[in-house]
Amino acid sequence: MAPKRKTMPRKGAGGRAAHDIGGLNFGKIDRAEHDPALWEKRTDAMQRLLTSPGKRAFSVDGLRRVIEDYGEQVYDRTTYYEKWIRALRNLVVEQELMTRAELETRMAEVRARHAKAGRRVSKAKIPW
Amino acid sequence: MVNRMSARRLEDSQTPRFAPGDRVQVPSRPVLGHCRTPWYVRGKRGVICAVHGRFRDPERLAYHFPGLPAQVLYKVRFAQQEVWPSYRGRADDHIEIDIYEHWLEPAR
Repeated sequence: MAPKRKTMPRKGAGGRAAHDIGGLNFGKIDRAEHDPALWEKRTDAMQRLLTSPGKRAFSVDGLRRVIEDYGEQVYDRTTYYEKWIRALRNLVVEQELMTRAELETRMAEVRARHAKAGRRVSKAKIPW
Repeated sequence: MVNRMSARRLEDSQTPRFAPGDRVQVPSRPVLGHCRTPWYVRGKRGVICAVHGRFRDPERLAYHFPGLPAQVLYKVRFAQQEVWPSYRGRADDHIEIDIYEHWLEPAR
């Protein structure tokens, strides 16, 4: 079944969608350059692989749609690749490459492995 | 599992509705879900400056449909003073936006 079409409106913005912010005042743009973190590079690579001609798990349009459906609260408080990684997770389940249970089990395994190796592990739960 | 299609350019003989130089208007209609036409340009009038070709429709691709019928994609030029009523720059400043055919009407 195809995902449901919906629009998450931006509050007090005349009916425009939460992500469709061209022309609104969001203050000064931070133009400082920075190196992408390793997880950001991996996120980028996963997107390219999943949308590549050999895989086509979904299109970049689907990625955008999931991100646009986050709504204003999440959209404004997440970074570029935070938006991507959450959308990739949701799309992998939406397109039945993995079940949600399989993915969560795997995430728990990865967390445990990193914790055992003494690495800092975030306990943040990212909503679906 | 649903369709997996890319937005690559389609070779298609169907004639584009508009040609470079045509005056067009972006409809100001409600939309539900993924849409590539920015809010700030809805209801505005511009001029076709290029025809990019036919592409699968992102409004359908975003929901895992094949994106058909394909849509002709145009480059449309708008005067900044048309897009932003309070624009204070030069009168000949403009912005060019890629817009699909189903989001264009002949200018009235």
